[in-house]
Amino acid sequence: MTMPSHAAGAPPHGAPHVAAKAVDWSGSLRDAGFAAFVALLLTVPLVGLRTIDRPTGLGIEARPEEVVASVLLVFFGRLGLGLIGQGLALPVLFLALAAAAVGLAIPLPTQVLRLVLVAGGGIIALRAAFAVTTHRSKLTLAERDRKMDRVAAQVQHATKYIAPVAFIGAVLLPMTPLADRQLLDIGILLLTYIMLGWGLNIVVGLAGLLDLGYVAFYAVGAYSYALLAHYFGLSFWVCLPLAGLLAAFSGVLLGFPVLRLRGDYFAIVTLGFGEIVRIILVNWYQFTGGPNGISGIPRPSFFGLAEFSRTPAEGMAAFHELFGLEFSPLHRIVFMYYLILALALAVNLFTLRIRKLPLGRAWEALREDEIASASLGINRTNMKLAAFAIAAMFGGFAGSFFATRQGFISPESFTFIESAIILAIVVLGGMGSQAGVVVATLLVIGLPEAFRELADYRMLAFGMGMVVIMLWRPRGLLAHRDPTILLHGGKKPATGGAAR
Amino acid sequence: MSEPMLKVSGVHTFYGAIEALKGIDIEINAGEIVSLIGANGAGKSTLLMTLCGSPRARQGRVHFEGEDITDLPTHEIVRRGIAQSPEGRRIFPRMSVLENLQMGSIVAQPGSFDRELERVLTLFPRLKERIAQRAGTMSGGEQQMLAIGRALMSQPRLLLLDEPSLGLAPLIVKQIFSVIKEINREQKMTVFMVEQNAFHALKLAHRGYVMVNGKITMTGSGAALLADPEVRAAYLEGGH
Repeated sequence: MTMPSHAAGAPPHGAPHVAAKAVDWSGSLRDAGFAAFVALLLTVPLVGLRTIDRPTGLGIEARPEEVVASVLLVFFGRLGLGLIGQGLALPVLFLALAAAAVGLAIPLPTQVLRLVLVAGGGIIALRAAFAVTTHRSKLTLAERDRKMDRVAAQVQHATKYIAPVAFIGAVLLPMTPLADRQLLDIGILLLTYIMLGWGLNIVVGLAGLLDLGYVAFYAVGAYSYALLAHYFGLSFWVCLPLAGLLAAFSGVLLGFPVLRLRGDYFAIVTLGFGEIVRIILVNWYQFTGGPNGISGIPRPSFFGLAEFSRTPAEGMAAFHELFGLEFSPLHRIVFMYYLILALALAVNLFTLRIRKLPLGRAWEALREDEIASASLGINRTNMKLAAFAIAAMFGGFAGSFFATRQGFISPESFTFIESAIILAIVVLGGMGSQAGVVVATLLVIGLPEAFRELADYRMLAFGMGMVVIMLWRPRGLLAHRDPTILLHGGKKPATGGAAR
Repeated sequence: MSEPMLKVSGVHTFYGAIEALKGIDIEINAGEIVSLIGANGAGKSTLLMTLCGSPRARQGRVHFEGEDITDLPTHEIVRRGIAQSPEGRRIFPRMSVLENLQMGSIVAQPGSFDRELERVLTLFPRLKERIAQRAGTMSGGEQQMLAIGRALMSQPRLLLLDEPSLGLAPLIVKQIFSVIKEINREQKMTVFMVEQNAFHALKLAHRGYVMVNGKITMTGSGAALLADPEVRAAYLEGGH
């Protein structure tokens, strides 16, 4: 980006271009004061009061420190923003960095004050740095959006090269010395959500059906395996396809009555379906174990050949003996990691292929315009059912993987918030974008994991991240869509297996 | 001609309790261009949509090449060889021009894609220039060309056009009507067109129908309707 260097002190939009422009201090202060007042109104009930369990009953504890901290944070944040808008990005950047440094380096009386300085300073510094580097104040909103669209499109084209690298990295990860139990666990978690995101992407991203109850299929898959193993002693490798089938069947079951609905109504019914499945699981105590869940779900064997334990059951070989290795509990984790990696990649390959086949095209056409699709001879009901069933099947696979990994499942794992998170991954990534799902999973699942030290505040950081994405990339991070056929590559698509 | 290609007999269509079509009888013979003209809200588009099964006719029958298609679902009707360029064009905005055309060939014979594509791109050279562009970013005229081209990709025997001139500049309108004429002459395509632009529609048509408030009030050859004083007074004076 080449920008004139004098632009750092550019006036905000609409302001006249005066060379030496006075900074409107009173205006900025008033603005910041008002924002702080709103923050005060909001935080007193939300942050300032906390219910605690007392022997005499529920009590209320006041938390004035947190309120003061939030209000200060908002005040200085808003002031900083105002000053950045008036061309003072550089001084604000230094001040904010200084504040963050003070918070980090010098012992402070309270933790809250430290948080205000570090978090607030950091965020404002980021914002100021952004203003300094991009001279954003000179760009109109539309220009900025176009620019970011271009960048996103470039990133997406680059996934052609990034995807194989990421794939190789993911394959090699367990072999590196970095791979300890914790990292692999996070990897498995991320891959599970990536798989779910890719699965839901078929329904939401390709077919354009807003499904708010995807977790139901995840639950069906998980309980299918758990119950089949519990009652019939079937092994994971037998149950995996069965769980997929059962989930697909439940997808069709839901699909039939629902698919004549559109838009909001459709979304509401899928939401209801998700809850129905969960409530059945909670209440059918004799069969599903109710809220206590099912424990002791068997771990997967090494393709039925060997077990991952020091002392395998009668008639089974031990994995470490089979391969002449030292026993390590990590073997199972690594195996799980590769298992979910393979499952997730299968979903991805399926989606990449199907987009270029008539079925996938029909889904995209349905998303774009249902009536036009019908008038071109697309059987809407069948196409939507297919999308539903296939996505449900992948959800089911992921579910049975979840069950075997956890060894214990209960209805609590399948609440609406899970559906919401998976949907958030798809939407934030950019609907229909495969690479977007990966990036969004790293943000939505990876960030809260990475910031576990922040404890309660990590959800705050998560919320902030969502707001930022909604502000800057309202159609999703990587929302660019490439055509699936080109005139001079023939119908053989010129762009091959790149994740998109 | 022994039997008309499309025969609409006594069709009544309702939107809820509102009767939009009040007993329509229309016949279209193979190889003809037939125009249906009428004012806003007369029920012209409703008739076209009823032919495609959405909304469905509550009374009356629709026969296509001798087969009763009244109760078939939309996609089945389309598979019988009827293609529609719907009102408001309804192209797929996020898809490229080529992808749009490809969607049109879903019900076509397998293997016909390249030939049909060549034919459509010859009819509309503009689409060839825009082939990789996202359809939603094209001008209205180009989108209309795409909508017609997409309908043609399915190798229909009957082409239904809903207001192909709507919202387009006069020069583009002329272009589009000349293409319609060419399709009819070169490919022997039967065309049934709904239009508000009565002058162009009737000039082009072998026969025409006039619709008022859900009823057919007049019919005749295109030239005869153009010369008719009532038609002139209602649809042409002032316009041309």
